[in-house]
Amino acid sequence: MQTQDVITERQSDAAAGDVVLKVQNLSLDFRLRTQVLHAVRDVSFELRRGETLCLVGESGSGKSVTARALLRILDKNGAIASGRVLLSGKHGDIDIATLNERSPELLKIRGGRIGLIFQEPMSSLSPVHTIGSQIVEALRLHRRMDKKQARAETIELLRQVEIPNPDKMIDRYTFEFSGGMRQRAMIAMALAADPEILIADEPTTALDVTTQAEILDLIKRLQVSRGMAMLLITHDMGVVAEVADAVAVMHFGRIVEAGSADAIFHDAKHDYTRRLLGSTVKLEQNQRATTHAEPAATTREPVLSVRNLSKLYGASAGWFGGGSHAIKAVDDVSFDLYPGENLGIVGESGSGKTTLGRLILRTVEPTSGTVTYFGQGEPVDVTALNKRQLKTFHRDVRLVFQDPFASLNPRMTVKEVIGDPLVVSGKAKGAALEKRVGELLELVGLDPMAMERYPHAFSGGQRQRIGIARALALDPKIIIADEATAALDVSIRAQILDLLLDLQKRLDLSFVFISHDISVVRYFCDRVAVMHRGKLVEMGTAEQICTDPQEPYTKSLISAVPNPDPRHKRMMHRTRFTA
Amino acid sequence: MIAHSFIDEAPETGPAVSALKAGKPVETAAAGPWRLMWAKIVRNKVAVVAGIIILMLYLIGLFAEFLAPALPDTSRPQFTNAPPQELRLFATQPDGSQQFLLHVTGYTMSVDQASLRRSYVIDESQVVPIGLFVKGAPYKMWGLFPADVHLIGPLKTSDTMYLLGTDKLGRDLLSRLIHGTRISMSIGLIGVSISLLLGVVLGSISGFYGGWVDMIIQRVIEVISSMPTIPLWLGLAAAIPLTWSPLTVYFVITLIVSLFGWTGLAREVRGRFFALRSEDFVTAARLDGSSERRLIFRHILPSLTSHILAVVTLALPTMIVAETALSFLGIGLKAPVVSWGVLLQDAQNVRTIANASWLLIWPAGAVVLTVLAYNFLGDGMRDAADPYES
Repeated sequence: MQTQDVITERQSDAAAGDVVLKVQNLSLDFRLRTQVLHAVRDVSFELRRGETLCLVGESGSGKSVTARALLRILDKNGAIASGRVLLSGKHGDIDIATLNERSPELLKIRGGRIGLIFQEPMSSLSPVHTIGSQIVEALRLHRRMDKKQARAETIELLRQVEIPNPDKMIDRYTFEFSGGMRQRAMIAMALAADPEILIADEPTTALDVTTQAEILDLIKRLQVSRGMAMLLITHDMGVVAEVADAVAVMHFGRIVEAGSADAIFHDAKHDYTRRLLGSTVKLEQNQRATTHAEPAATTREPVLSVRNLSKLYGASAGWFGGGSHAIKAVDDVSFDLYPGENLGIVGESGSGKTTLGRLILRTVEPTSGTVTYFGQGEPVDVTALNKRQLKTFHRDVRLVFQDPFASLNPRMTVKEVIGDPLVVSGKAKGAALEKRVGELLELVGLDPMAMERYPHAFSGGQRQRIGIARALALDPKIIIADEATAALDVSIRAQILDLLLDLQKRLDLSFVFISHDISVVRYFCDRVAVMHRGKLVEMGTAEQICTDPQEPYTKSLISAVPNPDPRHKRMMHRTRFTA
Repeated sequence: MIAHSFIDEAPETGPAVSALKAGKPVETAAAGPWRLMWAKIVRNKVAVVAGIIILMLYLIGLFAEFLAPALPDTSRPQFTNAPPQELRLFATQPDGSQQFLLHVTGYTMSVDQASLRRSYVIDESQVVPIGLFVKGAPYKMWGLFPADVHLIGPLKTSDTMYLLGTDKLGRDLLSRLIHGTRISMSIGLIGVSISLLLGVVLGSISGFYGGWVDMIIQRVIEVISSMPTIPLWLGLAAAIPLTWSPLTVYFVITLIVSLFGWTGLAREVRGRFFALRSEDFVTAARLDGSSERRLIFRHILPSLTSHILAVVTLALPTMIVAETALSFLGIGLKAPVVSWGVLLQDAQNVRTIANASWLLIWPAGAVVLTVLAYNFLGDGMRDAADPYES
């Protein structure tokens, strides 16, 4: 292996902060059943005071285990094969890699000198203790405070992470906090012992885009004000561009490229870095605007028309005066879908976008409103269909699921999975079925020979292709894609979107594309509907929504999306929305 | 600022792995769920050993007549409570040399004149030659084919060979244990089959339809499982007319045992149904136009079968223990039917345990071995039941 340096004199001289942590040639091995996985190979990097290093890579690149190895919290079957992790101290460097698993030095470092923030704040906070008591425990352990001091310090910490009413919230339990608040509490806990190094492992992946912007903002400010070194692990190039000083790109266990954020984004040398950036930047443009003439919406007949659709949960008009506590998951939503059009439905979690998709398919029964389908000659009121008629409707309007693992029956071969709708509707049998399944597999870019395999033999992206093939089996008119690309890596995501666009051209489909990811919607859709708390707040062309939003909520949503360019950080001057 | 560096190579196409063992990696792409489960259970050595033990026990039960050296009911009053005879390979010839000869040593009997109790002492000088595939007491294989060949037995039919000793009527314990294996192992199997039928049908209905159907079935299950089992068994077993044939009694006892064993299974199936009903692939199948029946039989039940098998394996030993308990109390199976419980009935008093401990050790050992083996196998199967997790 050869490492090439592309530095100028000036850059190498300008070593800003002192090095706090030095990782040298770290290699991690994991024992699997029949083989050893070299999850991390020969990785070296430095963390400097006041600087943020982003480890970026797709799933399976070894970025998370690298961070875990720094604290020696690897799973049982993993081990440090070679390399050193040097933590600088007053009395020279400590090599964390050689410390005993239960030695007091290591316990002091964990949480004391290195703080850690996990991806999923719900599972990393104890559900049976109050938020305060968990932070107090960390303070008493690492800073030897008495109860009273610790409590005062905890309130101060909660204030620092901008939790409102910290003196009240300290006695609340985890489930009483929202996702963003939990992550704030988690940050407060990581900061409790005043660490020199903060490791954040995908800290915002589970959060909505506006919350993500706030949390990133907070982490960045705290890091700067406390002069901590930070190691941020993420798969999102946009997040990297917003917060990173230095970037290391990991691919299959190696750091393939490392450098300053500017150098990585604007002068990428390695093919993989370029590919990663390419697929991220690609999603920043609208594919449809360039390939597709603007549909003259007013002159055409819609294929699907939704009018005043609502869904109330918990609205039992019962004896206890029910209805007051009803949650309006979908509140008076109306829109039209035109033939050959891609309509995006964007919203944060809890905005009702998934429920809306299910209401159209009537897997969830609407409380009021109508859905009219025009694809079968005369208009059909979907909300009034009986079971048998609904089956006919489901042949024309198909669903593509979010999770490519849960949506394929693991006990059926690919042929059985894709062929199932054909068998059920009696459209094909025996050799004809096999031929049709082969065609469908070819259509979605898979080898027809793979028909006899089981889903577990395929990667996430391939499985999503199988799911798409199943949706196409009955020659549908409309496909509802519910977060169809959310579970995929960014490079696979672009491939799947291109596949869907290609299929649309060939098969004359219309898409209802439900997503929380603005960039995906921008790439894929003609028109976008923005949902917020069950209501449709704004609707317009993809370009107009993304570049010139009118409603305040849409403005805040769009401005919170990280921009994958360190020279144009978007989040720092974003619009905030309070409602 | 960090120096800009990169690896000057084309991107790799896969993760770096090195094989632990030489040889080709196992191809699992076209492997069905059962093959994956098999591969997983084979790796669990304890479960494999347990599985082999259970298989052997069933084979013993299947070929009981041939494997038993004698008939279970042949009694020799002159050998009551005789201790086990040791099987030896070499015999000392009159000239002092050792020669290979499969044999057991005979007994000398002495009678204690005060208590009139007989006691037996192994007599090294008496050599009883033993042979394999010997002609012995005639029997009917599976009650159908007349035969008289036994796997092992004394060459002369008048000789004695009691490898595990005899009971108070002078019957060979080994033969009785082997015949008991047939009854005890099969009662578990038949009992669980009835439980399975009830449990899966009611559990599926309960889990799939939910609502008031689920409500009623769950309440019934709760009522049944709240009943104290032993008194109920006692009552039901006592109600069996004495005139019924041993075979009928056997089936009725199985039915009684299984009528209370299905509730756990039904709950398990119901829980799995609830979990699977909301899985994406079931929703997908529903949108594909599958009918309710197709959803159950094509998508949900196949995902359940492996779990059901594991639960059944864990339920089998409770059946066996239940039968043993009933028979031990004297209200289950009755002579001439031989089961482990019936055998243990002979070891109820302290005097027997003191004087003829083998009457307790061997039948109890068989029960313990079987229950343990079932539990280990069941645990292994439960771990392997979902080969797709993680």
